[in-house]
Amino acid sequence: MRPVIPYVTAALLFGLGVYGVLRRRNAVLVLMAVELMLNAVNLILITADTTARALLPQGGQVFALFVIVLAAAEIGVGLAIVLQLYRMRASVAVDEVPLADGPATEPIPAGVTGSGRVAGSGRVAGSGRVAGGAGDAGPGAQRPEGER
Amino acid sequence: MSTTTLLGVLLPVVPLVAGLTGLLLPPSPRGAATGQETARRLAVGLGVAGAAGALALAVALLFTLDSSTEASTTWIRFGGLTVTLGVRLDGAAALVAVAVAAVALAVQVYSTGYLKRGPHDDVDVDHRYPPYAAQISLFTAAMLLVVVSGDLILLLVGWEVMGLCSYLLIAHDRRLPAAPAAAMKAFLVTRVGDVGFLLGIALLGVSAGSFRIADVLAHDHGTGTLTAATLLLLAGVAGKSAQFPLHTWLPDAMAGPTPISALIHAATMVAAGVYAVIRLWPLFEATPTVLAVLGVMASVTLLLGAFAATAQDDIKRVLAWSTVSQLGYMTGALAVGSPPAALFHLLTHAAFKALLFLAAGVVIHAVGTTLMSRMGGLRHRMPVTFWCTVVGLGALAGVPPLSGFWSKEGVLAAAESALLGDGPAPAWVGWLVFLSGLLGVAVTAWYATRLLLRTFFGAARDPLLNPHDPPAVLRWPVLLLAVPAVLLGLAGFWPAFADRLPSAVPGEPATAELLHVAPLMLLPLALLALGAGLAWVRWRRDSAADPATALGPLRPVFARAFRLDDVQHTLVVRPTAALGRLARGADERLVDGAVTGTGRAARALGGGLGDLHRAALPRAATAVLAGALLIGLAAVLIGATS
Amino acid sequence: MTGVDVLLLALGAVAVGSAVLVVTTKHLVRAGLYLVVCLGAVAGLYLVLAAELVAWVQVLIYVGAVVVLLLFAVMLTRAPIGASDDLDRPGWPAALIGGGVGLGLAVLMVDAYRWTTVELPAAGTAERIGEQVFGSWVLPFEVLSILLLSALVGAIVLSRPDIGAARQATGDPDREPGRSR
Repeated sequence: MRPVIPYVTAALLFGLGVYGVLRRRNAVLVLMAVELMLNAVNLILITADTTARALLPQGGQVFALFVIVLAAAEIGVGLAIVLQLYRMRASVAVDEVPLADGPATEPIPAGVTGSGRVAGSGRVAGSGRVAGGAGDAGPGAQRPEGER
Repeated sequence: MSTTTLLGVLLPVVPLVAGLTGLLLPPSPRGAATGQETARRLAVGLGVAGAAGALALAVALLFTLDSSTEASTTWIRFGGLTVTLGVRLDGAAALVAVAVAAVALAVQVYSTGYLKRGPHDDVDVDHRYPPYAAQISLFTAAMLLVVVSGDLILLLVGWEVMGLCSYLLIAHDRRLPAAPAAAMKAFLVTRVGDVGFLLGIALLGVSAGSFRIADVLAHDHGTGTLTAATLLLLAGVAGKSAQFPLHTWLPDAMAGPTPISALIHAATMVAAGVYAVIRLWPLFEATPTVLAVLGVMASVTLLLGAFAATAQDDIKRVLAWSTVSQLGYMTGALAVGSPPAALFHLLTHAAFKALLFLAAGVVIHAVGTTLMSRMGGLRHRMPVTFWCTVVGLGALAGVPPLSGFWSKEGVLAAAESALLGDGPAPAWVGWLVFLSGLLGVAVTAWYATRLLLRTFFGAARDPLLNPHDPPAVLRWPVLLLAVPAVLLGLAGFWPAFADRLPSAVPGEPATAELLHVAPLMLLPLALLALGAGLAWVRWRRDSAADPATALGPLRPVFARAFRLDDVQHTLVVRPTAALGRLARGADERLVDGAVTGTGRAARALGGGLGDLHRAALPRAATAVLAGALLIGLAAVLIGATS
Repeated sequence: MTGVDVLLLALGAVAVGSAVLVVTTKHLVRAGLYLVVCLGAVAGLYLVLAAELVAWVQVLIYVGAVVVLLLFAVMLTRAPIGASDDLDRPGWPAALIGGGVGLGLAVLMVDAYRWTTVELPAAGTAERIGEQVFGSWVLPFEVLSILLLSALVGAIVLSRPDIGAARQATGDPDREPGRSR
């Protein structure tokens, strides 16, 4: 048996998983790509049982079992998160997830609304002040004439 | 510790304790009737007790002191330099201490009446009397400290405390717009001189390795060091004693209450400079250059003050300029090498100038103004004040046998002997001081006569007023001060007194130097008669007009003291203010700008980094995995090469 | 080349090929189905590599449970039937990094093992693996059970909207009835 074949298979699977994680927008597809990566690792662990003589026999297979359990847990929690996200935002696109509250979360929209709000309120206050001043000055300037 | 030393130590301590205790008193409550509040009574008691105690100690010191004594204990040791806490007592110190304490006592008593209802007849009670009295006590203590101090650093402490107290007291009447500005000016102008004084003391102390006056005097300084140090000291003396370039604060200080003017002009502040020179006389004696500078300064000050006094309308400003002029006499006597004459004039001047100021305060109190153009005809209404003022002005002008005549005569005689080449200073300095002194006599007589005529003679210019002689608490200090103003000159003939004057120059016969009865005496007398006569003739022609109109076009120049204030304003104040604005602008724009700019930049950078960190999942995953790939690549490559 | 190698090559090709389809297909559901093929091929690889138990566990848990869960998720998020256009992001960084990682690892593996042959070890039957798990690895096994439990609880809390919503409702109980009136 030539171990290089499963090893290269695992390497390629891992690379495809990486590609999938980075490429996909849909969260479910991202999770599938993660599964690919986990499987690649499992494959390496099991192949290692044939090439490396460990102190304990079948250590790689035991590890692979553990990883499978971990993967099951991961997929459970991950899918729960995805469903919650879908419930909140009606979308599972990972690049539309807001990360925190506040203006810096989504730079462009927050900047637009924030500056717009500031400029707008400033304009309103300034014009109000000008108008008030004019209103004060008007009667004040006219009063002496009226008294005369 | 001998009795003498104990007296010397207690001398500044007693008013100091009174002053510090007085500062703890609360201000009088608003709305309380005059004389009813405990705080005021306590303050009056403390102030008067402090001054009286100091006077008793000073008199006791004067009589127990037979020779110079010195006692000190180490205070601080700065490596090679030692600062001691000590007293140096001699005849001059005792005499000046008596004068200071006497004037302080008179002022304390007088103030209780003068500041009863607040300055300028405000109906309110003067609520800030307790701190005022305490500050006078502190002022007295500081001056006495300067007088008895045996160490230059200790002397400097008193010197600076005096500057502070003068600032506080001149600004006492906060309702006057001029008072805070005048206080600030007095503080700043004397401060300019004090810088020189401090540097001079440091130079002397470092050169001698000790700050004890005895050590400093005994040490053989190099000529350069000595000249530099004495010149620097002279700057401080000019500041405190209002000599020519730094005299401008003194007339403005008239914004303070009149008793404070008396205190500053007669006993404490201005005397300190002259006294400091007397104290360190051997140093000055060894430097003819510095004495020449002092002589020029003195002559300019003398004439400047005298001429400026001729054109003033404010009675207090006339007296202030006369103080400047008389200080010129004192420093002139020092410049021609006669500390006893200077000290003698200092003492008589203390007596008659305190008398004059307190009498002027009585007049101001009665008339309600300080302008002579609204006085006049007060002779019959206020006979006591009138006669006291006559005595004071006579002494000021130098009418024999009043005190001022003898002391001024001493100054002129010293100058005369100096112009013959018989002194430490060059002969031309003698000529300068002598001639300006003689001219000063005539001008002094002129303005003294003018003051007397404008204030007490002629018709009352304000018929609504009903002036009257003051109550006892104002009258008695004035009356008692008239006694030394009359008699102190004759005391120069009393050997016990005269022997105590020239303590700085041991081993010389004093009496002969101090008082001459010589044909040359007639010259100043003639000039005196000339000056007084001119003023009288002018007044005789038109008793309603100001004799100062005779000055013609010079009058506004004299009234503004040769526009030196404007010069000072242009040359010093405005550039300084501009520099201050520039520094402020630089501080606000550059320094603050740099600070806020740094903050803003850091915040913007942090915000940018934060945005980078808050990347959405795709970018974050890309970054993490790309980083992992790079690290793996690096590990492989490094592992391959090593 | 022995028969084992041929098997390995064939199964590896199937796994890699279906994995390529998983990460490139435009159909969400088909991605899940291709994943089944890929995971099955990997399970076959396990069998060839003499890991019997792991292979069956792989089929049971991965193919049976995980993929079914994923398909459920696809349906619950109302994925469209048929091709979708908005599944992908710009590809070049992903291709660069994914290709770099995959090919880099492959080069490392090829460099490390060349064309050497090894003997297959004894088959990893349930008995042998069980001895190991409940002998040497019993402590990690217990820890893993705790992890599974916490994941279970976490998934329940996350996926049940009434747990979080109940708290909000008690905080402001009058609002909804008031509005309905």
